[in-house]
Amino acid sequence: MGVETEIIEISLRALIVSGSATLLAAVFGIPIGVFLGLKRFRGRSVIKGFFNSLMGMPAVSLGLVLYLLWSRSGPLGFLHLLYTPMAMAVGQAALVTPIMVSLVTGTLESVDPEIRDLARTLGASETQASIAVLRESVNGLLLAIIACFNRAIAELGVAFMVGGNIRSVTRVLTTSIALETTKGELALGIGLTAVLLVIAFALNAMVHFVQKRGIPLVD
Amino acid sequence: MGNLTELKRPVIWFVTLILAASVSTLVATYYLGVGPFTRTRTRLVVSTTTSLYDTGLLDIIEDRFEAKYPIDIYFISAGSGIAIKYAQRGDADMVLVHAPPEERTFLQSGYGVCRKIIAYNFFTIVGPETDPAMIKGLGTTEALKRVAQAGRRGEAFWVSRGDGSGTHIKEKELWAASGLNWSSLRNEGWFVDAGASMGKALQIANEKMAYTLADMGTYLKYYADKLISLAVIVEAGKELLNVYSAITVNTTYNPEANFDAAVVFTKFLISEEGQEVIGGFGQGTYPRKLFYPAAELLRENTNATLVGWIKEEAYIEGEECPKQYQNGHKELYG
Repeated sequence: MGVETEIIEISLRALIVSGSATLLAAVFGIPIGVFLGLKRFRGRSVIKGFFNSLMGMPAVSLGLVLYLLWSRSGPLGFLHLLYTPMAMAVGQAALVTPIMVSLVTGTLESVDPEIRDLARTLGASETQASIAVLRESVNGLLLAIIACFNRAIAELGVAFMVGGNIRSVTRVLTTSIALETTKGELALGIGLTAVLLVIAFALNAMVHFVQKRGIPLVD
Repeated sequence: MGNLTELKRPVIWFVTLILAASVSTLVATYYLGVGPFTRTRTRLVVSTTTSLYDTGLLDIIEDRFEAKYPIDIYFISAGSGIAIKYAQRGDADMVLVHAPPEERTFLQSGYGVCRKIIAYNFFTIVGPETDPAMIKGLGTTEALKRVAQAGRRGEAFWVSRGDGSGTHIKEKELWAASGLNWSSLRNEGWFVDAGASMGKALQIANEKMAYTLADMGTYLKYYADKLISLAVIVEAGKELLNVYSAITVNTTYNPEANFDAAVVFTKFLISEEGQEVIGGFGQGTYPRKLFYPAAELLRENTNATLVGWIKEEAYIEGEECPKQYQNGHKELYG
């Protein structure tokens, strides 16, 4: 396989893996974040603090824990997850879900409480009032999603430990950069870094564009 | 203007929906391994040492092997220490390493069988061309003693891999043969414990103008790519022999190990084609061979001195693979 084809292949894989990870994190993290952001209950600040601290988990440590979990001699070895892109996606999802939760919670908390009161005054039910608040926080949600994606596609520890950086199977941008650097192919390493940054910038620009123009839901 | 805006919203929604549906389908087929992503080959996981993988040799071997057999090789390159750990934990079907002491434990503890020596080359002590410790031309043991003395006088530095790799294990052996203890040496100021791969260690040694033990393959590659300007100071000699072996994981310990595919791959590695790929690697790019094929050498005893050295440095209980670990594959051993 030529170098160019390989670069396209690993970039596509990085996008799919990190994209799926972000999706998973959104599915699990947004409901939790919304709940934490809107409802007031005892122990709320403890749970918030818990997710905030999880954001500080080093990727390589999480990678090690997941490797021990999914290893053939580990408790979840029967899943045969190791060395597959799925493992990388799930692992990255585990890494970024705390980020999703924390950012979504923060967004919802910062929505003007008058919006909720106004909706209730106009006769909205609890659910409808919550939806009204959600509408206002769409920009914040988008920011949370893109922040999670950025973290996922740029991380190395999880991808390396549970993926194994296997050629044509689990090699992605970050693991390639690490490999090429240890091989002494520094120019290639810089090239791959540029590719990763271009992808990140392009996606961020697209999201910014959407945020500015607004999306149909909000109109 | 009003009509246009009326039309725009549903169109945007429609396009977004189509896009989302296509992306979801793509992602789903990717993970389920169907359609264009179907897996038709059996999987062989080989954990290996970085010094073999980083030179690029294994990628070529993989291409040649996969062109002939319906087996997908997954190379996990991490370092001899963790390569063996992966095998013990059942995450690899086979290991390619160069650490005879660890290999012996691996066989004796029942994890590995069918050990086969596939290649060899030499370690070398590289260092600054100025050779401040004046060790050029000396034997390894004497050279290391001089390096330590020069280091303590503040005239030289030494970089150690410090990462449990095959090279690191050899380094510790060599220090022991010189009467010095690696564990106490690493506390001295001139001794740099890098905790890194061969490439990184070479780069650190280059920066500090230090001596270090390197495998010839990685050294030649880095030198050819002009990443380092260190020179070969001490080379060849029995103690610097670097022998690469393939060991298969025992199904008694791990019933899920892909034993058959591992044996097929081992046979390929010692076949004429496999040995040709190993010996011919880097031809034209490097001034000398990075790896020397070992199968014929051991079988035909074509170089008695060399064979003698390999027997001394890399044989286990006096044999390449003692009978109790041959696991019914006598044909591998002629």
